[in-house]
Amino acid sequence: MTIKYLSTGNEACGEGAVRAGCRFYAGYPITPQNELTAYMSRRMEEEGGVFIQAESELAAINMVLGASAAGSRVFTSSSSPGVSLKQEGISYMAGCELPAVIANVMRGGPGLGNIDAAQGDYFQATKGGGHGDYRLLVLAPASVQEMFDFTYEAFSLADKYRNPVMILADGMIGQMMEPLEFKENIKPAGIIDKPWAMTGAKARKAQSIKSLVLGEGLLEKHNEHLQGKYALMGKKEVKTELYNTEGAEVMLVAYGLASRVARSCIDSLRKNGVKVGLVRPITLWPFPYKELSNFAKKGVKFLVVEMSAGQMLEDVRLTVQDDEKVSFLGHTGGGIPTEEEITLKIEQIRKR
Amino acid sequence: MSKLFAKPKSMKDAATHYCPGCGHGLIHRLICEVIDEMDIREEVIAIAPVGCAVLAYDYWDFDTMEAPHGRTPAVATGVKRVLPDRLVFTYQGDGDLAAIGTAEIIHAGNRGENISVIFVNNGVYGMTGGQMAPTTLLGQRTATSQFTRRAEKEGFPLKIMEMMAILPAVVYLERTSVHSPKEIMKTKRAIRKSFDMQLNKKGFSMVEVLSPCPTYWGLDPIKSMKRIEEEVIKEYPLGVIKENR
Repeated sequence: MTIKYLSTGNEACGEGAVRAGCRFYAGYPITPQNELTAYMSRRMEEEGGVFIQAESELAAINMVLGASAAGSRVFTSSSSPGVSLKQEGISYMAGCELPAVIANVMRGGPGLGNIDAAQGDYFQATKGGGHGDYRLLVLAPASVQEMFDFTYEAFSLADKYRNPVMILADGMIGQMMEPLEFKENIKPAGIIDKPWAMTGAKARKAQSIKSLVLGEGLLEKHNEHLQGKYALMGKKEVKTELYNTEGAEVMLVAYGLASRVARSCIDSLRKNGVKVGLVRPITLWPFPYKELSNFAKKGVKFLVVEMSAGQMLEDVRLTVQDDEKVSFLGHTGGGIPTEEEITLKIEQIRKR
Repeated sequence: MSKLFAKPKSMKDAATHYCPGCGHGLIHRLICEVIDEMDIREEVIAIAPVGCAVLAYDYWDFDTMEAPHGRTPAVATGVKRVLPDRLVFTYQGDGDLAAIGTAEIIHAGNRGENISVIFVNNGVYGMTGGQMAPTTLLGQRTATSQFTRRAEKEGFPLKIMEMMAILPAVVYLERTSVHSPKEIMKTKRAIRKSFDMQLNKKGFSMVEVLSPCPTYWGLDPIKSMKRIEEEVIKEYPLGVIKENR
């Protein structure tokens, strides 16, 4: 049996977590993700899990850290300024190798910014975010359905790599309503033993979970181990959606909400015989360098469309290695690129 | 020949990194003695702070985590909510608990988290080199109060226990010291009471232990103990501050 209903992205994200077997959520109110926290306060109780409204984002992420150390599937969500506060705990979890899923429903910045949809936290999400050399797996949903699907999948990935995974959405994806569909009997996937968890030293030696690594060369060894995991993620977990890329002369590169505008733009242009396509990174980290570079080798021109001043743009430039071939269209502070603007920009690129 | 005095079973056979005359080793040991007497070593999950006690996992032979600075009660909250039948305690210094972690300790107490908190107050930051703590006494010279702590510039010593006492969900608060054998025994009894209360699901409890820091007090170990007896307990009176029966 399939369950189908109209849901907000935030609530779909929460249900994805519940269906993935998450039984611990701690959060702190911040717009535009409040529907998610409210949803979890109901669903955790219904499922016999734990919901805590923490005194701050700092406390919330550290409750998640503790619950993860105790072996539970754990989840927290916030929006841009709140995710900045969570960076401390995220860095510690990466260092301690603790799995967790963190949703960032991005809003406009910097600072308090505004509460509109934005994509200004790409750097923070994909380049580490907190202190030290670490990476998060970052999934970028572009629909209510994907808010559910990606969150569901994120828990398996977090456990598999013993690493935090981030769902990077935005205020529009979080708050809009679309049909959501999933199997009624969907079960948590990728459940594995956690012999490292803090459960009490019964029938085994006492163990510790920590990110402090003293002793000459030991922290470098630990870092090499972490880098090994990140390299494996880079090999195995890259996900990209290609849309109308066949024979494209101009390739749009966009994720999340921006990719939806890009898609409708492509539909109109293709009707008029204009050869444009879309590369949509689903994993922002690991970034699909190889996929993009294959198109670059064919001499394709790229137009990066973002709701930021150009953050993913840097990764595209790094891949293409020819700035002449990479153009950019972006809006900041809650502005969303329009189909008309993108069309105009594509015309300019084609005339060049 | 029978051994009359030995390391507690739940203490690892390791030399600590603590300075001569420091109170941490003693308090670590008292906790281990209580755990042995209660026979709960396999049920314990300890949360160590950032500060001098950050390496507690090298000394305690039970499951031990290390929390980000001051977030110790939040981490303990996460562990205890997932494993309500385990004995979960935090071990925190005055920098960790009374400065950077003020919000976390107050809210863990206010939620009535069923955990035990061992709060070691030596009135100074030891690990980072003797800086002023919120608990530093007036007139005390530290690395960051070079002209001594003055009420008009640095504020007054912060009395966390008295603040916590007004929270309805906090069930037991006692301030003890390790400056004499008698007070050491009282400290051990207070730790035992806190652990017992947790296992009986009574709620949040906290033991503050006044402890010496000879290195950053600039005193020898014996004079440090005297300072607690003659000066520190005037500011931080010993005894049960709150007990809900």
